[in-house]
Amino acid sequence: MWRLLIPLVVFAAIGGLLLGSLGRDPHLVPSPLIDKPAPEFELPTVGDPKRTVSSAELRGTPYLLNVWASWCPACRVEHGVISRIAQSGVIPVYGLNYIDQRPIALRWLAQFGDPYIASLYDPDAKVSIDFGVYGPPETFLVDADGMIRYKHIGPLTPELVRDELLPVIQHMQKTES
Amino acid sequence: MTAPGFNLGYQQVPNVRRFDGVESRPGALLKASLRSLGLALLCATTLSVHAVAPLNFDSAAQRTRFQQLITEIRCLVCQNQSLADSPAPLANKLRQEVLQLMQSGKTDDEIRAYLVQRYGEFVLYDPPVEPSTWALWFGPVLLLALGAAGLWVALKRRRSSSEDSGGDPI
Repeated sequence: MWRLLIPLVVFAAIGGLLLGSLGRDPHLVPSPLIDKPAPEFELPTVGDPKRTVSSAELRGTPYLLNVWASWCPACRVEHGVISRIAQSGVIPVYGLNYIDQRPIALRWLAQFGDPYIASLYDPDAKVSIDFGVYGPPETFLVDADGMIRYKHIGPLTPELVRDELLPVIQHMQKTES
Repeated sequence: MTAPGFNLGYQQVPNVRRFDGVESRPGALLKASLRSLGLALLCATTLSVHAVAPLNFDSAAQRTRFQQLITEIRCLVCQNQSLADSPAPLANKLRQEVLQLMQSGKTDDEIRAYLVQRYGEFVLYDPPVEPSTWALWFGPVLLLALGAAGLWVALKRRRSSSEDSGGDPI
């Protein structure tokens, strides 16, 4: 008699598994770099090719690195959120301009506003590949010791900032000394 | 000729006569052509904007090795394509990166490790056989074996019960 329940149990197991996976995005690739050292980099900026920004000079305070590109529509969508984070002064915000062309990138910044202290110019994706970037917008939180503590793939929303970024930022700033 | 019908997009409209798969609905062929043209232009535009430079191999053996290796790495933008097939700009950059690593003396395993370090195991097109992927590799065979065993037991039981009750009616 109990044998009759086997199909029901199997159905419930498979159904439960599928139901639980409904909200998950299969396209997301989790980063293996969380809680690992951020890659060392030294890149010219988008605004001034003669000026470079290096990971060494960013050591000492936590910072937010936002990967963007002029051809990326979702970057345009999250631009307001990034600007608000930068304006609030809660954390320094740097940009990583991914596989782009300098004149077009500059035009994008002029048109929509430049929230970044500086944007690293990475047309060959050398640094981006080191960070495991595959689809902008992506946002990293790096702590004062140069360790990656958080990564988000996709546009940021105010809810994500409130629920995920701010707690990590507060934790990073507490443990910074 | 222009009998009313719903615009169901790609689905068959009942009042359309199809000749060898070519839609005879007025305007449909033009729309389909424009769609294909748009897609082709998009690919062409991508290529020209990012100026795909031809890869320079040190030897024919290196080219063969490279062409084999990039079929084993996943493009993370077009995730159902390998690096060999994908037209995405990142795939182009990754192919250049793989070739540079190869030319600087790295082995295939070292190149794979380099990519896995940055993107995780998912970047390998063939999932590795590890405890975390045992269910993927052995699951289907296991389920098949379980199903076959269950079927065998059920058939055996039916055969023995039909023998008890006097054998096959036929």
